[in-house]
Amino acid sequence: MLNKAIPEDAFLRVENLGKTYPGSEEAVFENVNFGIERGQFVCIIGHSGCGKTTILNALAGLETASAGHVIMAGREVVGPSLERGVVFQGHALMPWLSVRKNIAFAVRSKWPDWSKAQVDAHVEKYVAMVGLSHAIDKKPSALSGGMKQRVGIARAFAIEPKMLLLDEPFGALDALTRGTIQDELLRICRETQQTVFMITHDVDEAILLADRILLMSNGPRARVAEIVVNTLPASRTRSGMHHDPQFYRIRNHLVDFLVQRAAKLSHGQAPSSPHFVYPGLESAETDSPPHLVKQKESA
Amino acid sequence: MKNLSLRAKAGILSVLLFALILAVWQFATLQKSSVTTAQYTPEQIEYMKLMGKDPGKQSEKSGFPTPVQMGSAAFKHLSDPFFDNGPNDKGIGLQLAYSLGRVGIGYLLAALVAIPFGFLIGMSPLIYKALDPFIQVLKPISPLAWMPIALYTIKDSTISGIFVIFICSVWPMLINTAFGVASVRRDWLNVARTLEVPPLRRAFEVILPAAAPTILTGMRISMGIAWLVIVAAEMLVGGTGIGYFVWNEWNNLSLPNVIFAILVIGLTGMALDAIFGRLQKAVTYVE
Repeated sequence: MLNKAIPEDAFLRVENLGKTYPGSEEAVFENVNFGIERGQFVCIIGHSGCGKTTILNALAGLETASAGHVIMAGREVVGPSLERGVVFQGHALMPWLSVRKNIAFAVRSKWPDWSKAQVDAHVEKYVAMVGLSHAIDKKPSALSGGMKQRVGIARAFAIEPKMLLLDEPFGALDALTRGTIQDELLRICRETQQTVFMITHDVDEAILLADRILLMSNGPRARVAEIVVNTLPASRTRSGMHHDPQFYRIRNHLVDFLVQRAAKLSHGQAPSSPHFVYPGLESAETDSPPHLVKQKESA
Repeated sequence: MKNLSLRAKAGILSVLLFALILAVWQFATLQKSSVTTAQYTPEQIEYMKLMGKDPGKQSEKSGFPTPVQMGSAAFKHLSDPFFDNGPNDKGIGLQLAYSLGRVGIGYLLAALVAIPFGFLIGMSPLIYKALDPFIQVLKPISPLAWMPIALYTIKDSTISGIFVIFICSVWPMLINTAFGVASVRRDWLNVARTLEVPPLRRAFEVILPAAAPTILTGMRISMGIAWLVIVAAEMLVGGTGIGYFVWNEWNNLSLPNVIFAILVIGLTGMALDAIFGRLQKAVTYVE
């Protein structure tokens, strides 16, 4: 079946994914279809209980879906793998290990044959990347919430995964800290061309970070209802992007969806194959993946 | 007084309390009860003397030792703790060593059984549920109730003592290990899963350190129980050990020795607990 929501060359393909928990009649989500291209940053937004975390866990291989497939780089995801790094909601650092050892634990898992010096050098590189070199030998309990989450991010990046999965990584942080870490994440992702899938509740965060924003309808039988293409320039910054009128068009579209339309589209009323949406632009809705649109525009 | 630390104040208070206890003890044991012979008729006194209960003499000597007598008994024991003059006459240090040896062997065997088994039980909810009724039934049995069965099957009193220590130490360690392993945070296990950590490495590098504080708590409780039980077990089994010493000195009606042994038991228990307290502190982590 050719699915228009999934570009043919997509690196990650999520096809008709669904999850029904035992004992419940209705699926939490069903017919979830989307694709992620290599190097893309994709955010998923939706109300609590629509199964975002379950989708992320299915992508990670930590949970099995009851229907559908996840295919990464041509191979079906059947279990957890070092090719997919996960940043957990609650940072999930091991409190008995220092920052260095927490990351070294991950590095040694990926490269068991490395010498201690190699591991150390690699760990130090990634700790420096998130700006925590001064705290490298501290235990997580001695770090602030934001620092802990940065260690979690460094740990996920350190294994150089093909895909990074972030489960609402900044949810527990205060607004200021969140801003700094968002900037850091944005910089690192641009530098490393990392493919990222991230859950968030923060509309501004999604617009800043994501190339594509997946909008989920409410559960039960939630679906990815729309794929919003971020039309802000790639060079956008947190401090400058709200001066772009396009920012508000996108933001209003997202907020309108969450406030008004998400609930109406529950119980499977959302399309099983989401449209690409360009808020504020003339080709407001299209069935075609964005690179085809660009071709049309240039033609 | 105001700028003393809480610790120093508590220490001073402890010393004062100790002095008070000694003073009360001294006072209580020295006071001669003034039993007058006036209330008895001469015939009664004569009769009592015949029965070995001389009312005049009896009041002079209290059976309970004074602190000074205690001190001299303690000095006698401590000046030569390791003498060995045959089965019923060994130094307190030697007796203590016998008891510690038994506790050590029984406890170590219990740890060798309980910790690996606790790991398995904790990892598998099925085994946890299946074994739970057995553990719940076996756990509340007084270790001394096993004594007859142990003596009957093992036929050796020393090994029976060790068995009793084993059986009483095993449950807290088993239950705590299983509980600790079963309640390792899901996040840490998920981290290990996404990193494709092999099972053995996961057990030693994730589950063991995560469950270590709970396991150590179980070990500490076990050690406390084992030290309580050894005294009673040795009283039953006889031969050697601090428990047997207490019973033997009771038969000799030597209360200073009994009291001294009680103090030694208390101090040893405190030392054992302190060691485990240290170990516990070493593996405890702050989340």
